[in-house]
Amino acid sequence: MTTSPMAPPRSFLWSRRIFLTLLTGFVLVPVYVMVSSSLKPLADVTGVFRWLPSELTIRPYIDIWSTVPLARYFVNSLVVAGAATVCSVVIAVFSAYAVSRYDFPGKRVFTVTVLSTQMFPGILFLLPLFLIYVNIGNATGIALFGSRGGLILTYLTFSLPFSIWMLIGYFDSVPRDLDEAALVDGCGPLGALFRVVVPAAVPGIIAVAVYAFMTAWGEVLFASVMTNDTTRTLAVGLQGYSTLNDVYWNQIMAASLVVSVPVVAGFLLLQRYLVAGLTAGAVK
Amino acid sequence: MTTTAQAERPAVRKSPPGAAHGPRRRTGRIHRVGLPYLLLLPALLLELLVHLVPMVIGIVMSFKELTQFYIRDWGAAPWSALDNYKVSVDFDAPVGEALLHSFLVTVAFTLLSVGLCWLIGTAAAVFMQDTFRGRGLLRALFLVPYALPVYAAVITWVFMFQHDNGLVNHVLHDQLGLTDKPSFWLIGDNSFIALLTVSVWKGWPFAFLIVMAGLQNIPRELYEAAALDGAGVWQQIRRITLPSLRPVNQVLVLVLFLWTFNDFNTPFVLFGRTAPEAADLISVHIYQASFVTWNFGTGSAMSVLLLLFLLVTGGYLVLTSRGRRSAS
Repeated sequence: MTTSPMAPPRSFLWSRRIFLTLLTGFVLVPVYVMVSSSLKPLADVTGVFRWLPSELTIRPYIDIWSTVPLARYFVNSLVVAGAATVCSVVIAVFSAYAVSRYDFPGKRVFTVTVLSTQMFPGILFLLPLFLIYVNIGNATGIALFGSRGGLILTYLTFSLPFSIWMLIGYFDSVPRDLDEAALVDGCGPLGALFRVVVPAAVPGIIAVAVYAFMTAWGEVLFASVMTNDTTRTLAVGLQGYSTLNDVYWNQIMAASLVVSVPVVAGFLLLQRYLVAGLTAGAVK
Repeated sequence: MTTTAQAERPAVRKSPPGAAHGPRRRTGRIHRVGLPYLLLLPALLLELLVHLVPMVIGIVMSFKELTQFYIRDWGAAPWSALDNYKVSVDFDAPVGEALLHSFLVTVAFTLLSVGLCWLIGTAAAVFMQDTFRGRGLLRALFLVPYALPVYAAVITWVFMFQHDNGLVNHVLHDQLGLTDKPSFWLIGDNSFIALLTVSVWKGWPFAFLIVMAGLQNIPRELYEAAALDGAGVWQQIRRITLPSLRPVNQVLVLVLFLWTFNDFNTPFVLFGRTAPEAADLISVHIYQASFVTWNFGTGSAMSVLLLLFLLVTGGYLVLTSRGRRSAS
């Protein structure tokens, strides 16, 4: 421990070294397979597995865009995940502010209900939701089924419960004196929220945004039922490489890498906010 | 602390002219009653539309004989009372037997996966509590499996588990000679091991993340006091770190349990629409029962049974954790 005046004993250092080495191997092998296979010619991935490519090629990275309409899936995923994230964060900020700063009848019912939706199996409301979207479409002409809008609406509710929960904890840790001072100064409640509470809770809000984006970017079940050819997202689109006669593993790995880069890069850049957000919010 | 300093700036800067005070105050009072509800409205409407109303419809559907003939106009499907439930829990008939088998597989899978995720995540977080060279890099690396989109990660494992050209067979059979002949990993009994491996690989960093956050809330004085009293590192971990993590662990285990039990994405990408029997998780099983055989009534009844099980188990976990917390 950093706080311990004594140096840790050998047994601790060795256990740590062995454990962390093994764990690094476990974590890294699939990452290595993904990266190395994406740079291999097709022959290398159809024959017996090779640790090293027989030759390095960037061909798979060029071919992925023409084998399936990857660019279109990419744009769909970006639009859907981006919009779902923005909406989810804004709505979660409002709700968390209400719960954190006001006492009102039904507050407990609200938080418990919202949190318990988190435990519903997606499969339970997949079909009813499909029916609701189709009926809304028939009645009002607003196409929710098969459209990006329907998917955005669905995904933003997936991240909402956890986001609200985490932000309540975060807002609670912002001293009330600050927004009361703002209220005395003549800011309305919303002014206090946006000028005081939100700026103070930026790490928590970033954490929630990262979570919401990842949730929407990685979802498979609803994407596979609720999209059509033009609105298909990456989650479903990526399976296009393996339903063809040949399985282009090198292209699948290249495409997996390409679709992972935005989220992994964003996540790693913002991970300290996520840890800070979890420390202040969820874990307290 | 830095956040407080940031926050004070706008609060001080914003002081509008005194003339605006009177009328603002009054509207403020009117707002105060309705405002919290107004703020909650968007979240409430969306939860109603996407979660609660569909759930009620799902429950209604479970009492209907909803086969493909009625899918265009599901309201016209005849009521079937408890037939769907009877079929689902008749464990002597094929449908019920398969459901029970799938349920047991899911329970075993969830227990093993949650246990391993928790163990690896906690061990890694505790070992990395201390600063050492490369700690930041290692921490970022460990979060990669969690950050990767599920389908990208799982599809890589599918490649690794291939019979002829996969890494796993190459290492186990060709390089180490541990098996007589290359094994099948994505069909047959081995598929359970494959699913568990992928699930743990994907899930442990979340436990790591939460435990790491929890460790930061343990007061350093505790360790200092223990060190002064002569407690070694192992003793400090056993006597201070692990007991302090108890409340965090309860939330963590509950969340991991729900996510793992309901997991659809991992088995769906790993095995496709029909999972092998040994790894037939309940959500894929219900998906298959609904969409492949087009029998939505029975599928809904199974979902409702699943929900009941989750409510009881989740409620039990929440209540016991609260009881223990108030006792301590």
